[in-house]
Amino acid sequence: MKTLTVSVVTPDGPVLEDSFEMVSCKAESGELGILPGHIPLVAPLSISVVRLKRENGTEKLAVNGGFMEVRPDKVTILAQSAEKPSDINVQRAKEAKERAERRLQSKQDSIDFQRAELALKRAMNRINVGQ
Amino acid sequence: MKSLASLRDIKGRMDSTKKTKQITAAMEMVSASKMSKAEQNAKSYVPYSEKIQEVVASIAANNTDVSHPMLSKREVKKTGYLIVTADKGLVGAYNSSILRHLQRTIQEKHQSSDEYTVIAVGRKGYDFCQKRDIPVSKSMIGLADQPKFADIKELASETVQMFIDEEIDELIIFYNHYVSAISQQVTTKNLLPITDIETNGSGSQYEYEPDQQQILEVLLPQYAESLIFGALLDGKASEHAASMTAMRSATDNAEDLIGELELSYNRQRQAAITQEITEIIGGVAALE
Repeated sequence: MKTLTVSVVTPDGPVLEDSFEMVSCKAESGELGILPGHIPLVAPLSISVVRLKRENGTEKLAVNGGFMEVRPDKVTILAQSAEKPSDINVQRAKEAKERAERRLQSKQDSIDFQRAELALKRAMNRINVGQ
Repeated sequence: MKSLASLRDIKGRMDSTKKTKQITAAMEMVSASKMSKAEQNAKSYVPYSEKIQEVVASIAANNTDVSHPMLSKREVKKTGYLIVTADKGLVGAYNSSILRHLQRTIQEKHQSSDEYTVIAVGRKGYDFCQKRDIPVSKSMIGLADQPKFADIKELASETVQMFIDEEIDELIIFYNHYVSAISQQVTTKNLLPITDIETNGSGSQYEYEPDQQQILEVLLPQYAESLIFGALLDGKASEHAASMTAMRSATDNAEDLIGELELSYNRQRQAAITQEITEIIGGVAALE
């Protein structure tokens, strides 16, 4: 089976580089599945899970603030943060989620509201991947 | 003048200088290890910055009709200066060269303080601006020695937001570029608007999902934030290097001083002994 080289890079350094059979992720415009031989593509990713599939299983990454660059044999995911399930502190994410929810309820001006919303998304994404 | 000091005084000074030397030598080693770590961080940031630059460049190169406020110059009513300094001293000329550069630039380019604002990273820069009534719109004190992107994300995105909201019309960053462990260079970078995107002509044609305009919307702020992060990492490496150099020369100076003190200590001790012998011999001669 053909494979893709996937590398995930963040400002804090490379997170992962390996070959996989398929990448599925959520772009801002909807779910995307990338197989080897895909046409070159650039797409921003939403705060979501990236699933990397290979023969013997799937790896998950919680991605925030990223976009992907696709070439026929290579996928590069650039993100402000990308975490493996083992790096995620679920307890902390839950606390962050509660904090964000509280902030959302106490209606403030729109910038804080947006921020809290993003924080909530990030926390839920982490919990989702971490569990 | 030295002969006035008693043996005990000299001994005291020698002891205290030795202790100072121990401290500075330890600080030098701490800075050296922090520096190599910071160098590592700066290196691991490179793949990200290269890639994001490549993608931004390829979009900008292939689509001349794409426009975005962050790409286009506008009339400058207010300039934002982002200065990267340390929280503490003991780093040689690291802080002062940046601050001198800032002051000179302000004097040359601006008539009134309405025309500029400073975003200060580091306590030294913040205090400097406070003392001289330079307007500071944002500041960050207590940045970690090995900053993570998450630590500076807020500052970076707020700064970029200032540009988008037209609070500032250009953003210039001053930091010490890390050339090597013994050389750091004050560097000025025009960060926003983004004008100098190198197109290395890799010429990759991409499909864009959903479209270029929206991708730029997402990508450019991220690109600008990553540039700020890169400058901070570079500045941190320089800070540790400068601190290492400063501490090394302090250690060397202490060593010289100890040598001199030792010499005059021995000389005085010898003089005292000689005097005592002379007195004894004199006493003996008087008895005979």
